Amino acid sequence: MDFSDTPEEAEYRAHVRAWLDQNAERREPGKTFQLKYGQDGLVPLAKDWQAKKYAGGFAGITMPKEYGGQGGNQMQQVIYNQEEANYVTPRGAFEIGLGMCIPTMLTYATEEQKQRFAPPALRGEEIWCQLFSEPVAGSDVAGSKTRAVRDGDDWIINGQKIWTSGAHFCDWGIIVLRTDTSVPKHKGMSFFFLDMKSPGVEIRRIKQISGTSNFNEVFFADVRVSDSQRLGGVGEGWRVALTTLMNERLAVGQTPAPDFEEIFSLARDVELETGPAIQDASVREKLADWYVEMKGLELTQYRTITALSRGETPGPESSITKIISANKRQDIANFAMDLMDQGGVSMDERQTMAGMFQEAMLSSPSGRIAGGTDEILRNIIAERVLGLPQDIRVDKDVPFDQLPTGR
Amino acid sequence: MNFDFSDDQRMLRDQARRFLEENAKPREILEGDQPFDRGLWKKIAELGWMGAAISEEDGGIGLTHIDLCVIAEELGRSLAPVPFASSIYLGREAIAIAGSPDQKQAHLAGLCDGSKIGCLATAEGNGPLMPKNIRAEVSGGKLSGTKTPVADGDIADLAVVAARSGSDIGLFLVDLTGPGVARQPIETIDPTRSHATLTFDGAPAEQLGTLADGWRNLEATLDHAAIMLAFEQIGGAQKALEDAKDYALNRYAFGRPIASFQAIKHKLADVYMKTELARSNAYYGAWALATGAAELPVAAAAARVAGSKAFIFAAEENIQTHGGMGFTWEFDCHMYLRRAKHLALIIGGERKWKDRLVSQLEQRNAA
Repeated sequence: MDFSDTPEEAEYRAHVRAWLDQNAERREPGKTFQLKYGQDGLVPLAKDWQAKKYAGGFAGITMPKEYGGQGGNQMQQVIYNQEEANYVTPRGAFEIGLGMCIPTMLTYATEEQKQRFAPPALRGEEIWCQLFSEPVAGSDVAGSKTRAVRDGDDWIINGQKIWTSGAHFCDWGIIVLRTDTSVPKHKGMSFFFLDMKSPGVEIRRIKQISGTSNFNEVFFADVRVSDSQRLGGVGEGWRVALTTLMNERLAVGQTPAPDFEEIFSLARDVELETGPAIQDASVREKLADWYVEMKGLELTQYRTITALSRGETPGPESSITKIISANKRQDIANFAMDLMDQGGVSMDERQTMAGMFQEAMLSSPSGRIAGGTDEILRNIIAERVLGLPQDIRVDKDVPFDQLPTGR
Repeated sequence: MNFDFSDDQRMLRDQARRFLEENAKPREILEGDQPFDRGLWKKIAELGWMGAAISEEDGGIGLTHIDLCVIAEELGRSLAPVPFASSIYLGREAIAIAGSPDQKQAHLAGLCDGSKIGCLATAEGNGPLMPKNIRAEVSGGKLSGTKTPVADGDIADLAVVAARSGSDIGLFLVDLTGPGVARQPIETIDPTRSHATLTFDGAPAEQLGTLADGWRNLEATLDHAAIMLAFEQIGGAQKALEDAKDYALNRYAFGRPIASFQAIKHKLADVYMKTELARSNAYYGAWALATGAAELPVAAAAARVAGSKAFIFAAEENIQTHGGMGFTWEFDCHMYLRRAKHLALIIGGERKWKDRLVSQLEQRNAA
């Protein structure tokens, strides 16, 4: 067991750090980028940052060079992510496109399409979104109803997607569509990519609890896409969607602040009846719990990285990350505000850490839902990790158009 | 980055698991009148495990603390009814940390070959371990006072005792078979691990390390033990999870295995998550122990807190998954619950270690 980099890894890390030092500001606890994901004005800054990364040789680290990537390995990507986490940089605009959409394109698109689409995405010129969820198909993604009907060399799309992150600023999207309603749900789907500026696409932003709007509803009224934009076979859309979701789980993510460092810092600053909050036994108990979770997740990631650097498939342990970090963030935000007591209601710019805890209190519920709810993730752990039986699926062998739909 | 066991360590783990599956029989100790399994102790001694992480010149077999952690996980998994923790993680480790060359020479070999059993005596009734709660005193090389409960105090040959000397707290070596020592076995929550009250009345006591370093040496010993015990805890938690899973797959209710109900699936997913968090923290502790990293006290406390929580949670939810059968004497579920709580208390409880974790983080932050 050791945590040290190999000489090659150490050299790469030094190279990354030197570049970040020149191009970004180091992060202090409580500090985030001036604009959050979902706030207007972030996208141009995110595009600039992506272009800088591309020029610096850090865009698409694991992607092949012929498509604009760096042809590097997973370890280099991990090292880059670890290092960038120590700097304040614009987050959120490119993660889905480069983490899920472009990898799916590189697996299923034609050679010409890969040449056309991967490089502009890596250079920060084009942004991609993923259109899976629907009003009636959230956790049950395979229950998607949005139709694509064949018309000569084209398909015509009608219906509605929802929770599409970034649709309002995206250029391209990947989408899973119902192409056959006479077969059971998993068998009647096909997968496409499309121009988000296509005629008939209407995007409405969803205002969230926190006041920001990074999600959208996307409506399709006779939107035409060419059959050449189909990824995978007709009726094989579910299999393609699983590839995309697999990439989502492989993406070695980081928990958005506030995390342990922020609450630890707050506990040293806030005065309670008996002195600084950190001297209070009940506060210490909670700090210890959060440290153990924070450190445990970081170390669990190291176990995943170890498997990657050995060229093995990571074990199932990384499946615990999102569920624990999302719940921890909500707990930390609530507890921090309780420590602030009456003052905790304030979230103006003079509030501690510019209102980071208050913002997290309002935004953290989404972390437990987006990208797999707590409940679905527990199902996944129970079924895929522990090998417990799947839920009884009453819709499994029933043609899609005969399923009961409720209200 | 190599945050995993080596191939040799995985082999050691498989070998230890097979051996203990065949040989560890905690129920025989639970229901019998023996304080521990002497036959198993002898066989473990023959395997050389007790000498792991002690150099050959000091009477050990080499290897590292990581190897010892691998063994610990399997001992925890099998609920092995032997004084391994007392003798090796505590008694032996205290001597290795604080002992003079002569003391190491005199005692390590016997502990490493299993011919002698050691233990650590710190508690004096209820309440956390702190200088104020230590009244046993050494004066003129003689120890007087009472230590209780002392894990394996009834069967050990040798105790490392935390006692007062003037205004200091020091560690002292006491021959438990010698004069001035009375031992009384006591009933505990986990009869597969024996405990005693030790009463000292002018027992000869040899100072271990300097008085000035006494408390620090005690804390260092407990840090080492916390990490190895964390491995016992994740071993036990993992086995309790597997038992719960097996039962849920085979128990039918409402026409289907109860493992197909989300209430059970989600509960076991929660057990899995806590166990994996504990595992990752324990691995980090093993690394810190083997390398002597400055992070050791933080890593030890984190491993201890996560391990205690994980094993108790797994043991409780294993009973819950078993339903009525879970609280019978015949089913093994209660043995995991007993061991989980025993392990969570023996070197100080969760509250105490959480406090220590935050103190260590404060110190690190100030540095």
